[in-house]
Amino acid sequence: MTAKSAAHTIATFARRHRLRPMEALPWVLAVAAYFVFPDYLALGAQILATLLFGLSADLVLGYAGIVTLGHAAFYGVGAYTAGYLAAHGVGSPIIGLIAAMVAAGAVGFISGLIILRTQGLSILMLTLVVCVMLQEAANKMTSITGGADGLQGMEVQPVLGMFRFDMYGHTAYWYALGVLFLGWAVTRTIVHSSFGRSLTGIRENVARMNAIGTPVFFRLVTIYTISAMLAGAAGALIAETTQLVALNVLSVDLSGTILVMIILGGVGRLYGAFIGVPLYMIAQDRFSTIDPTYWYFWIGLLLVLVVAFARGGILGMADAVLRRFKRSP
Amino acid sequence: MTITARFLAALFTVTLAGIGIASAQTEIKVGVVSTMSGPDAQPGDEMNKGIDLYVKEHQKDLPAGVKVTLIYRDDTGANPDVAKRLATELVTRDHVNILAGAVWSPNAAAIASVATEAKVPFVIMNAAGASITRASPYIIRTSFTLWLVSTPIGQWAAKQGWKKAYTAVTDYAPGFDAEGGFTKGFTDGGGTVIDKVRMPFPTDDYSPFIQRIKDSKPNVAFIFVPAGKKATAVMKAWNDLGLTKAGIKLVTTQDVMLDEELPNMGDAPLGIVSAGTYSNAATRAANQVFLNAWRNAYGEKPIADFMSVAGWDGMAAIFDVVKQTNGKFDGDAAMKILSNWKTTDSPRGPISIDPNTRDVIENVYIRRVENLNGKLANVEFETIPNVKDPWKEANPPK
Repeated sequence: MTAKSAAHTIATFARRHRLRPMEALPWVLAVAAYFVFPDYLALGAQILATLLFGLSADLVLGYAGIVTLGHAAFYGVGAYTAGYLAAHGVGSPIIGLIAAMVAAGAVGFISGLIILRTQGLSILMLTLVVCVMLQEAANKMTSITGGADGLQGMEVQPVLGMFRFDMYGHTAYWYALGVLFLGWAVTRTIVHSSFGRSLTGIRENVARMNAIGTPVFFRLVTIYTISAMLAGAAGALIAETTQLVALNVLSVDLSGTILVMIILGGVGRLYGAFIGVPLYMIAQDRFSTIDPTYWYFWIGLLLVLVVAFARGGILGMADAVLRRFKRSP
Repeated sequence: MTITARFLAALFTVTLAGIGIASAQTEIKVGVVSTMSGPDAQPGDEMNKGIDLYVKEHQKDLPAGVKVTLIYRDDTGANPDVAKRLATELVTRDHVNILAGAVWSPNAAAIASVATEAKVPFVIMNAAGASITRASPYIIRTSFTLWLVSTPIGQWAAKQGWKKAYTAVTDYAPGFDAEGGFTKGFTDGGGTVIDKVRMPFPTDDYSPFIQRIKDSKPNVAFIFVPAGKKATAVMKAWNDLGLTKAGIKLVTTQDVMLDEELPNMGDAPLGIVSAGTYSNAATRAANQVFLNAWRNAYGEKPIADFMSVAGWDGMAAIFDVVKQTNGKFDGDAAMKILSNWKTTDSPRGPISIDPNTRDVIENVYIRRVENLNGKLANVEFETIPNVKDPWKEANPPK
């Protein structure tokens, strides 16, 4: 390796975590959407909250390579924590959010200590088991969760004592956008840190990471806990903005759907969720409005097309196109 | 590209539809939240068919220049958060005048807060959880409650001189209501419930529960599962384990002896007694009118059941609001008419809305499954007139 190319490589690595102008695009779009689609803010807030959930799922799946089918467990714990507090007099949304993160993080830490000792299919099964067990527990503990009727009677106070959650979703939209921004800042910092890099290393080659002395298990538990906290925050957002929690926040269905959304956008690329989640949810909204009986078919068709023609998700396809342009000047 | 093109085409269609709607005269929009996809779509389909049929048959009765448009949204099953979002969107985006539908009780309870905040009347056409009508002053219900049908069947069972009962219900709120209603009716009549079991919602294998009933040898068993394929599954287990031969009687509600599921049950249900608000085999003139319209619209194959009739009656109430106000009403004006609504010619007999509770008052029929011209049918043999929801009578609002 020549000195010049080494310097070039170092410069590339040094640049990769610098903010690029393109990264402002999602936020500009999100603010613009508020003014362009005033009738769609309730959906918008749900998309933003789900985006945070997608980011957290991408941290474990895309970066750390932990294949999970139970990520809704943390989302659900967060949602029920925030919901339970709001239904029992602690109506401050910020306190609810923080409590939800702590509770979800605790569940993530404890289950991670057990689950992350295994690999491959066992991880898949164990994450699934945690999710199903929590859902069944929520179904049985009707006095706390309301069971199949859902947790009703939440009274969420205005954000910072000033902005009431309204039916049209004005407050919900800004609140979700703010929390998402913080979540994104944390996620971005993590994936570009040396800790984030070591996660990618673990994903690509566990044996080598062990050999060079990386505390693999500890790293995995850490990222699993952080991801669980973010998922818990997303769950709290959904609970507080819709003022309702139901058993499906803990469903395996949801765990699968969030994976589908980030795969649609592109896994392990931070912005995959920013493409996949809105695309999936807007498509779902449009299709189910136009064709309320067979809308699932159109969603399925969309997914088949993406899987067939855009491997690596939409961002992966975009990369491939860009590369072709660069190669043939 | 394909996706973008599809999406743009879809957007374009919606815009066109929007323009088309805007050019009509007075239009009353009814937003229906129903279940149209997924494993639980069948009850939603029954309800929607009843709603569509009423609009089709009676659109011509509306004052000149007024029309009723239905906007359907799919809640995909018992998903209260989805139902709430859909109801919110129906109000904020589509500006519906009335909300309607709701197959599932949790969904109805979730929609209640939207109705309250938007001051939009919400006509519940199936969801049968007893307490739901209290969740919002903008709710009326045209279907039934599980207390309303299970209490009379408990009383009837006690009157047969049966002393020991066993209850088996699905483990969710309407199941608890069914259990509560039957237990109240049966114990007030002098019987004892010797044991009870709550069966998990997702299961389709009822043999272990039915076996437990068989082992404890009660005189009578009361079973409730949600209407649909689960009803057939539970009857299959009952038949396979030979409980009728073992001398155990079965009583249940119309959810299990479902008119449209009877043809799938073989001879197993013959002689089984249930309580219900509607039977397809009823000979009332209004029912014949309804069934003729149904056959003309849908043919012989789909069989109308109590959910179709509740949808039909719910639309009748909505149409009466439109007729009386010439299509010009706000939420409160509509609620005044809806909560005093009554009719004598529902397919299930006379029904009315109790102005105090905004819940339905209707006849409960005790029916026995018999073979009518080669087809099994729920034949009504006893009528308990004008029943109010017993749960609300026993639990007055605080």
